[in-house]
Amino acid sequence: MGAYVARRLLLAAVAIFGVLVITFFLSHIVPGDPVAAILGPQAPEDVIEELRHRWGLDRPIPEQFLLYLRRLAQGDFGQSLATHRPVLQDLKEFFPATVELATASILVGVAAGLAVGILSAISRGSWLDHLVRFVSLIGLSMPVFWLGLIALLIFYYNLGWLPGPGQIDVYLLRPPWVTGLITVDALIARDFEVFRNALRHLVLPAFVLGSHAMVGIARITRASMLEVLGQEYIKTARAKGLPERIVILRHALKNALLPIITVIGIYYGSLLEGAVLTETVFAWPGLGRYATSAILSQDFAAIMGVTILIALIFSFANLAVDLAYAFLNPKIRYE
Amino acid sequence: MAARLRQERVRTLRLAWRTLRNPLSLAGLAIIGLLICVAALAPLLAPYDPLRTDIANRLAPPSSHHLFGTDQLGRDVFSRVLYGARISLRIAILTALISTVIGFPVGIFSGYFRGRVDDLLMRVTDMFMAFPRLVLAMAIAAALRPTLENVVIAIALAGWPTYARLARSVTMAIREEVYVEAAQAVGASTSRILLRHILPGVVSPVIIQVSLDMGGIILTAAGLGFIGFGAQPPTPEWGLMISEGRNYIPGQWWLSTFPGLAISLVVLGFNLLGDGIRDVLDPRLRGR
Repeated sequence: MGAYVARRLLLAAVAIFGVLVITFFLSHIVPGDPVAAILGPQAPEDVIEELRHRWGLDRPIPEQFLLYLRRLAQGDFGQSLATHRPVLQDLKEFFPATVELATASILVGVAAGLAVGILSAISRGSWLDHLVRFVSLIGLSMPVFWLGLIALLIFYYNLGWLPGPGQIDVYLLRPPWVTGLITVDALIARDFEVFRNALRHLVLPAFVLGSHAMVGIARITRASMLEVLGQEYIKTARAKGLPERIVILRHALKNALLPIITVIGIYYGSLLEGAVLTETVFAWPGLGRYATSAILSQDFAAIMGVTILIALIFSFANLAVDLAYAFLNPKIRYE
Repeated sequence: MAARLRQERVRTLRLAWRTLRNPLSLAGLAIIGLLICVAALAPLLAPYDPLRTDIANRLAPPSSHHLFGTDQLGRDVFSRVLYGARISLRIAILTALISTVIGFPVGIFSGYFRGRVDDLLMRVTDMFMAFPRLVLAMAIAAALRPTLENVVIAIALAGWPTYARLARSVTMAIREEVYVEAAQAVGASTSRILLRHILPGVVSPVIIQVSLDMGGIILTAAGLGFIGFGAQPPTPEWGLMISEGRNYIPGQWWLSTFPGLAISLVVLGFNLLGDGIRDVLDPRLRGR
């Protein structure tokens, strides 16, 4: 097991290094000059040259890459050309918003997905089962960003039940920064008005972003439960006269969990993808929006920083899934 | 060999027949057929030129003249949605083609030669897979400049590892078959073995996988268009149209709503078909 983890970590490190190389060279072959873009068309030629020289942009690309790696090894992610701040500081500020949104989404996805999946498995073939299948296919087919817009149109503009874009209402002050997660920070500061407000702001984006995960989890739960429900030991449990609730939750669900966990892990990774779009729709100050603006403004250091962070999260999510798998199923032995 | 190929063909036919008997996948096929017809006949079906502006008649709500209303420049939204079908279909087909053209050789070489080649190629796919697809496509699309052609290249570059992995595992299984061993024994050249004996067996699982992925490809392309990394104005691309219409919500809801419905319908078509195929392949998941 230890050797397996070590090998996986090594492979992840190799993959992340590869991602670094690809992104670095990709972002450096972009046509156009970021310095000129920042200084504007009126900037004198010698000022542009001076800045290019100071940022090392006049050197050959492989040399720039080595320079970047050396600084990275010292924990220096460089400075964002757009925000004029250290990239690391930017990431620290934008990351929590994404964590908050992604966590809320996966909670919605897991809770609703498990419930719907179990329900359709035990009512297999009924109208409920068919309805769930049809609705979830439709849900999977809608673009996340469009779903977000429609949700805003209905629940914010028309019905007024939920607040609009943003993390909290503009007239409220953010609680003091502790974890960066607004809901948690509000609780720490005992500011319940902000807490309620932030929670209400989370509802729409979390449901929108969590919708695909919910459908995926519901489908795999249904399939996995159906397989387990056909087993002999379920018949035994029923024959013993155990209440159906116990049979379903203790005997069946526990054994059906394995494939479900895998899918949850996969969706947690793909939430990052949906986050890029959902954050744009809901004006959510997270990593996805930071990445989008960094790429659009050719902000090298910021692009690289976001890339490293996303690749790290993605790799660790995958590793965590495989470990959970081994942990939950003693039959699986990794060499 | 011939017997195996015939067997393969019979299996494919049976799969097609069983897929066709499933009402859901039939509905999916109908939607895809509609998409193809609309894409082909867009110039005949569209009541207006999708690019013609009419400022005097901007932001007109849906009516008998403009079924889906008009946009901020007075262009007919219905005509633009119809023309958008051409773009989505082209992106989906080209992307699928390019990513399989990269994925096939990588997977087959990897699975056939094993050893060093396999290790190297699989590490390369790891790199691509260490990344969410949309984010990778974003980076590539930005590096190449946002155009429709580059959207195709970006999604294909981000998507090929899946097909490489699949082709690799199928190749590894076929490689152990007796007829491949026989071909090796009679001294067939490597390229002949790869092309005549391995490739035919790899094609159908990969094509099935591609058909399952089509909806995802269209969604990714629309997402790229939405955040500004894809098609540029005034192209009637659905994702871009939703993004342009965003500023007019809630008052002029029709700008974003109709292109979004179009995407959902098309993706639903591919998902229904995919679901049907999966049902046939894995009867345990079947609803009945």
